[in-house]
Amino acid sequence: MKRLLALGVVVLTTAALAWAGSETQPKAGGAPKPVIEKAVKGEQCVEDTDYMRRNHMKVLDGHRDKTVHEGIRTKKYSLKECINCHASETTGSVAASKDDFCVSCHSYASVKIDCFDCHSTKPQGSAAMHPLNAETAHYKHKLAAQAASKISAEEMAGLAP
Amino acid sequence: MSELKPMSEQAPASPERRRFVGTAAATAAGLAVAPGVVLVQVAHGRPEDQAVSSAVRWGMLVDATKCANGCNDCVTACSTENGWTPVAESQHPKQAPQWIRKLELQDPLTQMETNLPMMCQHCAEPPCVDVCPTGASFKRADGIVLVDRHTCIGCRYCMMACPYKARSLVHEHLNDTQKADVPRGIGCVESCTFCVQKVDRGDGNTACAEACTAAGHNALLFGDMNDPDSEISRRLRELPTKQVRADLNLNLGVRYHGI
Repeated sequence: MKRLLALGVVVLTTAALAWAGSETQPKAGGAPKPVIEKAVKGEQCVEDTDYMRRNHMKVLDGHRDKTVHEGIRTKKYSLKECINCHASETTGSVAASKDDFCVSCHSYASVKIDCFDCHSTKPQGSAAMHPLNAETAHYKHKLAAQAASKISAEEMAGLAP
Repeated sequence: MSELKPMSEQAPASPERRRFVGTAAATAAGLAVAPGVVLVQVAHGRPEDQAVSSAVRWGMLVDATKCANGCNDCVTACSTENGWTPVAESQHPKQAPQWIRKLELQDPLTQMETNLPMMCQHCAEPPCVDVCPTGASFKRADGIVLVDRHTCIGCRYCMMACPYKARSLVHEHLNDTQKADVPRGIGCVESCTFCVQKVDRGDGNTACAEACTAAGHNALLFGDMNDPDSEISRRLRELPTKQVRADLNLNLGVRYHGI
């Protein structure tokens, strides 16, 4: 009986290890790693990736005060430009679904992000890509007018060649 | 710059030529000139890395005699440009933000009706800035009164202090319906910004004034009140204008004619 039990334990342990090692499950050592989508446009960020991962909040913080108070609207370190580059191709946003660029890392690191309480998560002009919800239904005619304008949404987002 | 002066003295200057003069001056300012020669930068061509300066003071002239009864184009244009829901379409009209509103006034004795838009008057001495406990309410160097939403705590002292009822609080989540150029959100106070995003882009005009001109009323004129050659300065010299509640001595950026 004891032998059978030991065998059972071995079989179960092996199965558990195999299950843990499979692709679909998180690796030993914690939560699923964040999905980092490659930026839609542009090859290189304004700083090295390592620097940006640690310091993006500092550069954004410095830039926002200059923009709001002094009207300096340079593109480097501008949140709008981050969004223009990093908006997901599927959702058109940096924070609409859990795998979008900003949200993915922030939920992994468990750091609350409140930029998007006020800032749009989508590049300018991309609203046409998104189905309207009840909250924005009154914008329908305005969006239609936007779509009829000479500048395409891609051009406005700077995606056109 | 001096060779441009005679041109701008010819009145009335067409908008096309004004734009051309602005562009030409901006281009000239960007070019290398002889050593020691400093060109004065024109407001409309401010490079994006240069801070706003008090050499410019943005202002608006409202001609109430031209403001049409029943026309709401300035309000619609503002809500479209800045992404706020028009009061009529809001689920909670009593709390709905209002950056600009149309007023219809009637003299009780003579029954004379006056139409005018009311919005943030962009005071030189803004009471909203005086009372703000966090410094979120501030006046930019070029005279535009704004709220820094990063520091606004939503206490609404500024709404109480404003004699013009120009400010609103955002009561509800906006669920990512904001414009990319116009961040705004729950728990923050907001008001007319003189379309600061357009001003910084170099448009030199606001959405409401553009809409009023497009509708053919020409009741709204936006411009630099510090530039003696600007259209608004010229009109302010010619027309009798009033400041609303002039007794408060706030030196307003919005002046009314015909009230």
